[in-house]
Amino acid sequence: MTQFSKDDDSVVVVIGSGAGGGTLANELCQKGVKVVLLEAGARQTPATFINDEWAAFVQLSWLDMRTTSGSWRVATDFPNLPAWICKTVGGSTTHWAGASLRIQEDEFKARTNYGDIEGANLLDWPIGLADLEPYYDRAEDKMGVTRTHDIPGLPGNNNFKVMYAGATKLGYKDCHTGRMAINSRPRDNRGSCLQLGFCFQGCKSGAKWSTLYTEIPAAEATGNLDLRPGSQVLRIEHGDNGKVSSVVYADADGAQHQQKAKVVCVAGNSIETPRLLLNSASSMYPDGLANSSGQVGKNYMRHMTGSVYGVFEEPVNMYRGTTMAGIISDESGNDPDRGFVGGYEMETLSLGIPFMAAFLDPGAWGREFTEAMDSYPHMAGMWLVGEDMPQESNAVTLHPSDKDAHGLPVPNVNFDDHPNDVAMREHAYTQGSAVYDAAGAKRNYLVPPYPSTHNLGTCRMSAEAKDGVCNQFGQTHDIDNLFISDGSQFTTGAAENPTLTIVTLAIRQAEYIADQMSKQAV
Amino acid sequence: MSQTGFDRRGFLKTSGGMIFGTLAASSGALALLAPSRTWALELETMDAETGAAVLRVTRYIFPHDTLDDAVYALVVKDLDAEGAETVELLTTGVASLNEAAGGTWMDLPPEQQFELVAAMETTPFFQKIRGKSVVSLYNNELAFAHFGYPGESFSKGGYLHRGFDDLSWLPQPPESASPKAM
Repeated sequence: MTQFSKDDDSVVVVIGSGAGGGTLANELCQKGVKVVLLEAGARQTPATFINDEWAAFVQLSWLDMRTTSGSWRVATDFPNLPAWICKTVGGSTTHWAGASLRIQEDEFKARTNYGDIEGANLLDWPIGLADLEPYYDRAEDKMGVTRTHDIPGLPGNNNFKVMYAGATKLGYKDCHTGRMAINSRPRDNRGSCLQLGFCFQGCKSGAKWSTLYTEIPAAEATGNLDLRPGSQVLRIEHGDNGKVSSVVYADADGAQHQQKAKVVCVAGNSIETPRLLLNSASSMYPDGLANSSGQVGKNYMRHMTGSVYGVFEEPVNMYRGTTMAGIISDESGNDPDRGFVGGYEMETLSLGIPFMAAFLDPGAWGREFTEAMDSYPHMAGMWLVGEDMPQESNAVTLHPSDKDAHGLPVPNVNFDDHPNDVAMREHAYTQGSAVYDAAGAKRNYLVPPYPSTHNLGTCRMSAEAKDGVCNQFGQTHDIDNLFISDGSQFTTGAAENPTLTIVTLAIRQAEYIADQMSKQAV
Repeated sequence: MSQTGFDRRGFLKTSGGMIFGTLAASSGALALLAPSRTWALELETMDAETGAAVLRVTRYIFPHDTLDDAVYALVVKDLDAEGAETVELLTTGVASLNEAAGGTWMDLPPEQQFELVAAMETTPFFQKIRGKSVVSLYNNELAFAHFGYPGESFSKGGYLHRGFDDLSWLPQPPESASPKAM
């Protein structure tokens, strides 16, 4: 394996190996750029993944101490688990469901299209769909997204059959087995989906795209990647000229190391990325790195979410097969007549018995709860995911007193639903229930949001330096050689699952960084 | 079956008590999985009376009428394994139930037992049992068998050839929406 010297100041240091960091590292390596990829978690393989919800959760999740505040229910039910994301090589691409949807043209112009929504800190993206289309195309090809590049859709499972029957009866037109980064036929040296039913636990067949066994080995094969698992970055350092010059990280034994860098790219997901910038405050940057706008950590978005589980007379056995097996997109447009701006997607979802117990109605007990559990084989499930409003008060901040194992402040995640989020959720619950009613449901369970899987916006891109943290390439406005490379860049959340866009932005960013390096501009 | 926590070597001496049970004749799926129709749970720290009462409290918090006591006993086992602090909390909680019962809570009629448990909803005693139960009760193969959830699927090749799309009580979606498996 390639090893670069810690004193080698010609390397690009990428922090985080998930959808953003893992892709960026590979794209840079393919262009001949030397990359040190620092990943806080350990390296698993499909063989070491576990078909067991709690065991896999412990194996893959980011479980370091975090705190929560605000009126969201997660703060009550899971006060130290604001987000269900991963600390492992491959990041949350080990855990994601695979839904790969492009952001819609109009969604890039949220401020223009939605207007001045009270309490919302809306802003148009500095780029549009046309800027990203060629990169979306490359991302879809790389990830093997079904229904693109002549790749057939996945076969629908039982859970999808229920969704489809209800959707068509209700008059919805846009319902199918989705655009999924899961092989429907062998591709890219990976087999096709075995319908395991454990997408969230790490795909043991490797049919689902993850940087763990696609981007990262491809980068390693170039000889340009030095991947260091078990490396938790503590701070980014800069020189007298204001440019970043090195990072300090702790290895798995807690020993600290300094790695010099020409460029630093942060892709720690939308909680750790702003935390790292804030924890890197210096006399030159007293409010944290790249924070002249004051927007680092602000505008935290988690998507409007919720779930509906319908119970039917006949068995469904939703746990069989692809977790996210189909989608209804009819509600994904912006139609303010519904009482809210933005749109949402409806996507099948399934939980096993252990996680159904944990998430159905956290804190509940008694007969109503156990009757729901007893109906498990007769349940069909869907997840509702839509655009939530950026709000400045929804923020990742440093806890004033609680420290982690390295003595650094832990992150606090504050979140309140915006009234628009609440109105959208109510509508989505009603429509989701209507889908299942149309398919013959005896009753429906409206399930509150899980800890966040889509964490976005905390270092957002903006045309003007005063409005955000980075430019359209993820380059921070304040520091030329410091980049944001994950979903933190999102100016607004859009309705779509974000991974495809994170990968797309990483491909585009790699081109930009390589170009800037060749011009010696960074 | 080591993960189920049953241990029939009852002669082993421990500081805790033991609780016993017999699988109900109706618990067919469990009977197939369990090593014996009779079971015993050996407790590390908790005394037998507290263990039996905690098992009963767990039944009121998550009442599945046909779910065998053997599965609820797994919650008691996991609580016991947490050590002295938890056992102290539970022992004190059971004592409170007995005090409220004006005798032995376990001897009250079921309706009165339930009322006294419900009255403790906000206490650390209740919340400790609820919080442990919501994981332990539903995270074992005996429970999986009861609820009709098979768990692990990779070793069996997933569901591609084992019914992932066998639902037949609704119309088949068209291939444009749901292509055939390849």
